[in-house]
Amino acid sequence: MINPNSTPILTVRGLRASINGTEILKGIDLTVKSGEIHAIMGLNGSGKSTFAKVLAGHSAYEVTGGSIQFEDKDLLELPPEERARAGLFLAFQYPIEIPGVANTQFLRLAYNTVQAQRGKEELDPLEFDDFVREKMKLLEMKPDFLDRSVNEGFSGGEKKRNEILQMALLEPKLSILDETDSGLDIDALKIVAQGVNQITNKDNATILVTHYQRLLDYIVPDYVHVMQAGRIVITGGKELALELETRGYDWINENNSSIAGVLA
Amino acid sequence: MSAVLQSLVNQPYKHGFVTDIESDIAPKGLSEEIIRLISAKKNEPEWLLAFRLKAYQHWLTMTEPEWQNVRYPKIDFQDISYYSAPKPKKKLASMDEVDPELLRTFEKLGVPMHERAALAGVAVDVIFDSVSVTTTYKQKLAEVGIIFCSISEAVHTHPELIQKYLGTVVPVGDNYFAALNSAVFTDGSFCFIPKGVKCPMDLSTYFRINTEGSGQFERTLIIAEEGASVSYLEGCTAPRFDTNQLHAAVVELVALDNADIKYSTVQNWYAGDEKGIGGIYNFVTKRGLAKGINSRISWTQVETGSAITWKYPSCILRGENSVGEFYSVAVTNNYQQADTGTKMIHIGKNTRSTIISKGISAGHSNSSYRGLVRVAPTAEGARNYSQCDSMLIGDQCGAHTFPYIQVHNNSAQVEHEASTSKIGEDQLFYFSQRGIGAEEAVSMIINGFCKDVFQQLPMEFAVEATKLLSFKLEGSVG
Ligand SMILES: Nc1ncnc2c1ncn2[C@@H]1O[C@H](COP(=O)(O)OP(=O)(O)OP(=O)(O)O)[C@@H](O)[C@H]1O
Ligand SMILES: [Mg+2]
Repeated sequence: MINPNSTPILTVRGLRASINGTEILKGIDLTVKSGEIHAIMGLNGSGKSTFAKVLAGHSAYEVTGGSIQFEDKDLLELPPEERARAGLFLAFQYPIEIPGVANTQFLRLAYNTVQAQRGKEELDPLEFDDFVREKMKLLEMKPDFLDRSVNEGFSGGEKKRNEILQMALLEPKLSILDETDSGLDIDALKIVAQGVNQITNKDNATILVTHYQRLLDYIVPDYVHVMQAGRIVITGGKELALELETRGYDWINENNSSIAGVLA
Repeated sequence: MSAVLQSLVNQPYKHGFVTDIESDIAPKGLSEEIIRLISAKKNEPEWLLAFRLKAYQHWLTMTEPEWQNVRYPKIDFQDISYYSAPKPKKKLASMDEVDPELLRTFEKLGVPMHERAALAGVAVDVIFDSVSVTTTYKQKLAEVGIIFCSISEAVHTHPELIQKYLGTVVPVGDNYFAALNSAVFTDGSFCFIPKGVKCPMDLSTYFRINTEGSGQFERTLIIAEEGASVSYLEGCTAPRFDTNQLHAAVVELVALDNADIKYSTVQNWYAGDEKGIGGIYNFVTKRGLAKGINSRISWTQVETGSAITWKYPSCILRGENSVGEFYSVAVTNNYQQADTGTKMIHIGKNTRSTIISKGISAGHSNSSYRGLVRVAPTAEGARNYSQCDSMLIGDQCGAHTFPYIQVHNNSAQVEHEASTSKIGEDQLFYFSQRGIGAEEAVSMIINGFCKDVFQQLPMEFAVEATKLLSFKLEGSVG
């Protein structure tokens, strides 16, 4: 929810980034304050996942301009693992499979690393097992996912749930969910949305990357941004998503200036 | 390859140092005179000298093999010194009297000998260069009739056993390097487990090459009589040198009826620098004879070192119902080359073998699995299962698999599976996005990949192997 007294968690100014010499992000400005939920929409290939990965520090992208402030830290100074430990979480659009590494082992190491960073108690395998099973119930995940290799052979929807499970375990300051709703059936969508809603509170924030209004029925955004060719071209409230659903993205291009005027 | 992966795999060798102990070195070169000198220095009986000379004559008629998938400059066998022994300051009665320099060496290796011996309950027969310096726990083993000593000692104390078994599994003319070893071997371990005895502890030998330019020709012989069982551990590290060193060991195992021999190796010899200069040539012949019914020979190896590895621990399954196993992890990095695998020769009825091979290649290295499964016409009901997995780290390394399957009995079942995977940038990013650094990520992926093999190792060895793999593949990141 929007609260005029809340403090910024993420401040992005003029962010430019390229990959293999091709500029993808062409000057992004975004401010996310605690307690807020932001949705980012936009056509395929407009740069949404790139933005998410640049925030998380993927080494394939070169940041060529701008700044990213995360609470009191200059994010661009930090390697990806330190960004994660500082409380930035990315639920991947395409979670990768890691054969041979047991999910439970992976989850526990991630959990303990973040706990250690926060000066909190680490859990041994038995304690962790109890803890993680509770969280899994919340997401209606079967316990046998613990013994399987990370994401290996998981269905598309199961991978997405595993991402949200990690989010629930790590209790991030800022969660970026990149198309977590894609590939989920209606029931799963509700469960995942419930999970996200339980985790969000006035001290953290969420960025949802999505193509569908449907998710926003369950997780109601405070702001909706539209990305186009590496820029945020328009920002509005939750109604903007509905508008886009009926009118499509062309409508923005045709009416860009006038809409911007209305929503500013 | 990305900078992250680059630095991950370019960890310098941690065990590169030379211990300063005065050596007694034979002049370079190989001839009948040198062989007579070695034999005389060791005060050997006539039959052993005859064994050596016969091997030497064989060797002269042979040519160096070239079929393996490795490349190295021609070895000048006349430029090698075939004997070197450290001079002990005095006779040793206990560990306290061991040369402190030597103890410090083990300290540097991260394997304090007294700790290994005391904590792990392991008998350590320390091979320093070619001569055994000290043997511990001998007393305890003697109580149950186990003989565990250097092979040169056994030649004097149990000549009948050596004469009966030496060269019966690996004949003197078996292959070029085995023939060379048979001619010039200086020392190694001998282990004899009498009828019905289960060895009460793991037996362990630490090998170490120490004198620059000295070839190492160890000879190991392990006999398990009817119903006996033993688990034997071999670990190796070597100091850093610029000239290549040849190592051509021979290991022979014999298991009689219902006997069980488990032989585990963790190998970390100097592999050369990041440009591929220097390093050990490791050309080893290891073979076990499952001679009796229901006998079992099990090889487990973790190969991380050497510039070139050429090694095929094998099982001859002669006894009915006998079992052969081969569990291997081979790691290559920089310009290392490894051609390793196994041979399972099924002769007896209902013999079974299992091959699990995990190859990990990083840098510019090349690793080949070469395995032979042969089922003789006599091996009614023989079964084999082989699984060969390769893991590539970066995109400048290679992995190859050469399975040879020869089945001469229709009732046999032979199964072969293979896979190749890669540690990618995106996997490492996934870990780091969850707060886990690249070093830990690689180690986790690798350990997962090697799990089936590590499970076969004795506990303390498994821990060591895990650390060793981390040494090999992790570096200072960032
Ligand atoms: N390695 C690369 N080299 C060149 N272009 C790339 C590379 N990786 C991504 N791109 C391009 O960057 C652009 C943005 O991709 P991105 O994945 O951020 O889009 P997106 O908005 O998330 O799309 P979607 O809705 O389909 O998920 C695309 O045009 C893509 O082709
Ligand atoms: Mg995307």
